[in-house]
Amino acid sequence: MTIAVLLKQVPDTTARITISGGVVDEAAVGKWSMSPYDEYALEYALQLKESGGADLIAITCGPARASKILTDAAAVGADSLIHVLTEDSGMDSSNVQSLLAAAIGRVGADVVLCGKQAADTNAGSTGPGVASILGFTCVGMVSEVSTDADGFIAMRMGPSGNEKVSVSKPCLFAFDKGSMEMRRPNVRGIMMAKKKAVETLTPSDLGVSLIDSRVSLESHSAPAEKPPGQKFEGASSVPTVVSKLRDEANVI
Amino acid sequence: MEVTIIAETTGDSLHPITAQLVGAACSMGGTPTVVCPGGIGSGEASSISGVNKIISAEGECFDSFDSRAWANAISPLCEGVVMSSSSAHGREVLAQIAAIRQIPVIQDATGLEGGIRITRPIYSGKAIETSVVSPPCAISVRQNSFESPGNDGDAEISTVNSSSDVGVSVREALAKANEKLDVSEADIIISGGRGMGEPSNFSHLYEIADVVGAAVGASRAAVDTWDEIPHGMQVGQTGKTVNPSLYIAVGISGAIQHLAGMRSSKYIVAINKDPDAPIFGVADYGIVSTWEEALPILKDELAKL
Ligand SMILES: Cc1cc2nc3c(=O)[nH]c(=O)nc-3n(C[C@H](O)[C@H](O)[C@H](O)COP(=O)(O)OP(=O)(O)OC[C@H]3O[C@@H](n4cnc5c(N)ncnc54)[C@H](O)[C@@H]3O)c2cc1C
Repeated sequence: MTIAVLLKQVPDTTARITISGGVVDEAAVGKWSMSPYDEYALEYALQLKESGGADLIAITCGPARASKILTDAAAVGADSLIHVLTEDSGMDSSNVQSLLAAAIGRVGADVVLCGKQAADTNAGSTGPGVASILGFTCVGMVSEVSTDADGFIAMRMGPSGNEKVSVSKPCLFAFDKGSMEMRRPNVRGIMMAKKKAVETLTPSDLGVSLIDSRVSLESHSAPAEKPPGQKFEGASSVPTVVSKLRDEANVI
Repeated sequence: MEVTIIAETTGDSLHPITAQLVGAACSMGGTPTVVCPGGIGSGEASSISGVNKIISAEGECFDSFDSRAWANAISPLCEGVVMSSSSAHGREVLAQIAAIRQIPVIQDATGLEGGIRITRPIYSGKAIETSVVSPPCAISVRQNSFESPGNDGDAEISTVNSSSDVGVSVREALAKANEKLDVSEADIIISGGRGMGEPSNFSHLYEIADVVGAAVGASRAAVDTWDEIPHGMQVGQTGKTVNPSLYIAVGISGAIQHLAGMRSSKYIVAINKDPDAPIFGVADYGIVSTWEEALPILKDELAKL
């Protein structure tokens, strides 16, 4: 079995996002991290690898800085690392999907794990889109996955509640928050990871010709500032707040 | 402009986002057709004002949720701009329909204008993106971003039989964590954090929720600390993104990751004993108090309304 895990480097969830000249200023981002849902995908990919003796390939698509998260993945146990190098980080989701699908095809993975959405674009299109291009079954909102006789058992939040589902290969699991946090690397893992080669591929190495996006970015802007709120001291102010909710805000 | 709306359901009826999608489609000058997967809610959908026609898509492939099977079955029924809810399941199906149809997909729109000009929050609400796309394309919409139209429609319902290969089978449906209203469906949410001290104290939140028809949510600290508080209740970066008219945060400090899931709520009330808690920075009405003192009064005052 060959497992691919798709990882994206995003501004850390605590990072300040600043806008300059109508676009988000990436150079001003203080800290970049692995997107939180991807961490869960990586943890469960490691568990699948350990239970089934599989090969685990970590793949990212992004600019040069993104290879850091591949090394982080190697430190906890990813076997090989692929960096699909693209300059334009705001690239159309369909191009990213095509590139990732081609990289997965190249390594012959039959199960793919990823996060349900990235913490920057917050879209959630990549996993399902990759599955669709590859013709894989797609299971989203997953919190656990384990191997079963000839396929997998996953826990997911279905439209009507939590469900245990069985899925056969080939398939893609898009992770919601997992039941287990990602393990932390040990010193040996970190040392080994430093020596691990990252295979860097360009779109043309993958035989993908990028399409011109039909979505054009007009601008990024700061969220509308809310007028400063009203603050009241003590529980005795509760009746005042309730009447304001009724008369000022009209929400109750 | 042709618009195809994929209906969203809860149980056997339509989720309110379905009518809001019709409102959104009409606001940008579209003529909406509503596709009802599994035929659920088609009668209800036909009465939404402004709907042109209803396609009741029936077939065994809709018996359980397999997003690929759904996308394969629904995609041939779509024309023009394909729209869905930006719920996790809505996005999953829509992204695959977009890949099948090779059209661009934009998720979680909170604003739409003819043209089509789309606004959506990115970086968990720390920035807003405005982009322009021409049909055909796929757009998912965040709930409570558009008004629902009235109910005086009478659109014709046509039934199609769909089939598609299903690759996911449900082994076991686990008892729903709670039969209570889900935060993603509620117009009023009252959430508790670590400041609630013990999970049993959430009963105070449920009592208030019952009075006003609210859903109860939680911070991640509450979900992670207490087994009794299921992840389905978590609001925030790694939980649900909610957009209610009123969000009441109780004993929640207001970490940036929590704000990511609720800052777009229309009105925010915070109850926290620490006057410097960051939650007060986003609250329209802040109450500096312990919940022990504030909640009984809140319950009584709401019950009087
Ligand atoms: C990658 C990542 C993702 C995350 N995702 C999420 C997420 O989705 N959702 C989320 O919520 N968090 C998330 N977090 C965690 C977040 O950073 C905070 O740790 C968490 O939100 C804190 O929860 P809290 O406010 O309940 O607890 P605390 O920060 O401990 O705050 C408790 C508050 O209760 C108040 N309090 C205490 N006693 C009382 C009382 N008797 N009456 C009134 N007030 C009282 C205190 O003054 C304090 O402000 C994430 C973190 C990371 C790193």
